[in-house]
Amino acid sequence: MKKLFLGVLTALALAAGGTFAGTLDDVKARGNLLCGVSTGAPGFATVDDSGKDVGFDVDYCRALAAAIFGDPMAVKFVGLTSAVRFTALAAGEVDILARNTTWTYSRDTDLKQTFLGVNYYDGQGFMVKKELGVKSTTELDGATVCIQVGTTTELNLADYFKENGMSYEPVPTADNAESQQQYLAGACDTYTTDASALHGTRVNLENPDDHLVLPEIISKEPLGPLVRHGDDNWADIGRWVLNALVIAEEKGITKDNIDSWKDTKDAEIHRLLGTGDDDILAMVGLPKNAMYNAIKAGGNYGEIFENNLGATSGINIERGVNASWTKGGILYSPPFR
Amino acid sequence: MTKIAFVRKKEIPPSAPPITTVGLIGWLRQNLFSSWLNSILTVLSVYFIVIMLWDFIPWAYGGHWNTKSLRECLDLDPDVACFSVLTARWKQLLFGLYPAEEYWRPTLTFIFLLLAIVPILFPKFFRFFWFSIIYPGLAVWLLWGGSFWSISIVYIGLTLGALFFLTLIRRYLKNYMIAAILASLFTAVFFFLISNPLVGFLNAILPISLPFVESLKMGGFTLSLIVGVTGIVASFPIGILLALGRQSNLPVIKMICVGFIEFIRGVPLITLLFVASVLLNYFLPPGTNFDIVLRVVIMVTLFSAAYMAEVIRGGLAGLPLGQHEASASLGLTYWQSQRLIIMPQALKISIPGIVNTFIGLFKDTTLVSIISLRDPVGLASTIRADQKWNGIYWELYVAIGLMFFIFCWGMSQYSQYLERKLKTDK
Repeated sequence: MKKLFLGVLTALALAAGGTFAGTLDDVKARGNLLCGVSTGAPGFATVDDSGKDVGFDVDYCRALAAAIFGDPMAVKFVGLTSAVRFTALAAGEVDILARNTTWTYSRDTDLKQTFLGVNYYDGQGFMVKKELGVKSTTELDGATVCIQVGTTTELNLADYFKENGMSYEPVPTADNAESQQQYLAGACDTYTTDASALHGTRVNLENPDDHLVLPEIISKEPLGPLVRHGDDNWADIGRWVLNALVIAEEKGITKDNIDSWKDTKDAEIHRLLGTGDDDILAMVGLPKNAMYNAIKAGGNYGEIFENNLGATSGINIERGVNASWTKGGILYSPPFR
Repeated sequence: MTKIAFVRKKEIPPSAPPITTVGLIGWLRQNLFSSWLNSILTVLSVYFIVIMLWDFIPWAYGGHWNTKSLRECLDLDPDVACFSVLTARWKQLLFGLYPAEEYWRPTLTFIFLLLAIVPILFPKFFRFFWFSIIYPGLAVWLLWGGSFWSISIVYIGLTLGALFFLTLIRRYLKNYMIAAILASLFTAVFFFLISNPLVGFLNAILPISLPFVESLKMGGFTLSLIVGVTGIVASFPIGILLALGRQSNLPVIKMICVGFIEFIRGVPLITLLFVASVLLNYFLPPGTNFDIVLRVVIMVTLFSAAYMAEVIRGGLAGLPLGQHEASASLGLTYWQSQRLIIMPQALKISIPGIVNTFIGLFKDTTLVSIISLRDPVGLASTIRADQKWNGIYWELYVAIGLMFFIFCWGMSQYSQYLERKLKTDK
């Protein structure tokens, strides 16, 4: 029934979408990008004390806006809760959704969306008190677990414990906030959610050193930006802005040194920054220096990560799998040619 | 002859009442320990109040107000409140993401709101009612900005329509129905054909405008008040009409009203909000920009109008039939008898229910956080997503709760005042 409902909605959206001109034209005509972000996900999207939008997903949209308009501020952020995010995208309230959304089969196909890539490989982790003496999730047999109901994490948890022949007792909670309170109050031995959230939470506990995020990640949560089905050119633009940020890190191009590559022998850098003769960005309808502007906006992938999730942000998430493939991670962009 | 040994010459001064019935002890005995059940309840209540305050007072009193982050608070003293988050974010809790240099606009709107409700709440200021009438337009213009004329044109159009109607009635026509239809036509023509060029002309000769602020920026208590106050003010008259419609003898009107009330009461508010936020977009032509705050206000208004209708119907049902018959026997028309006889009594009976619905509506505005609007509750999670304040709960919720309490308590106090004032059947 729910599927049917969503199906009807999507069909309607597509029927409506058929009358759209290209999204890029719409965005250009409007003069700004409408970017759907989370109403509040630590490190990914929030507003700071002065009311400015900040975060990992926010910086991606700024890069995209810079690529299109040359101005990273030409973007309006629409805060979306997880309940309305997909419909907001389908109904055209936003041009792109960068809202730490997990890329799954059914979201890609059934909901008629196009994921542009992965900007953060997250996964479900566990936090325990050190005094419990647990060093690995395999020692959690019989533990009480605080778990948000109705999320994929709940299903992953059940699968994982079943696979490993362990038992657990769930303590259901409504959201991460409640999980944390229950955990601190001692209602459960461990609490589980996306590892990025666990790290952010741990840093601000009364005594962070008393708590441990276990090293195992029990699920794949590849987060990435997505757009509606039906406008491949727009999807290409979003995908290649993301790739450009990854390539820039791989090549060592940063926000500060970006102007010093004019004499490099590396043809890919010239293509990327628009300093060479080819203007390959014309193929998607972007200016020649679009990627230059995108990187200039908030730096390369590594800089954006560092500012929002890494040590500078105070969340202190290690790069881990989110490092470039040249540094032992799995971030790997197709060649820019 | 018997000798009178003693005659009291003056009255004995009244002796002091027993110590157990006066003063502090008397009060305690009467109010707190009048029976053994009450005594147990008193002791238990005092116990619970004390253990709550025992923790709360040192926690709140010693709170930090000037640290830069939660981490700093915890390092200083983890056992007290970290109100610094309020120091850093109180403006956002009040105004949402409204541009800082324009804060005076929601502030002024709020002050005007207080002024505009005075004539409605207290009859002796009724001569200032004109301000209450212009207030909605003024508030919309102040909050959203844009050209002054595009808002005032609505008032100009409606005033011209009303004047047209009155002129027709006084000079040319006796039939209200035809006059009303003609006046509506006149107003429609004005809005469709004349208003746009007129606004352009007025803008050209006297441009008054404020920077435009979009609904995305609305948030915090400003948003709660926009949704709550508009819902309250608009749902009241709609509720009265629905209640009358439900009792009407005309089958079509009755069916429409019953259908509407039962449908709206049959679905949760959050469903209606989802319809407003998500579903409406599918049915509107692409590119239509139907303001989200307006959509939400409409849904909230319809929702509470249905409840209001039932509350008022309860008041109508509480009136003896004789009141209707008496007013009919005086030769009053339907509307005259409603206005002069029925409604004043029915509304008086319904005051507690009406205020109950208002308070409920005002608190329900926090549901809009689920459809992504940044009301204070939604903002609390946004604020927590800033790593500096990640993990802060009680301080924010205590502050938000306190602000809601002030408004709801105010409404409840006014309703009690009104009940006392209108109490004629002592």
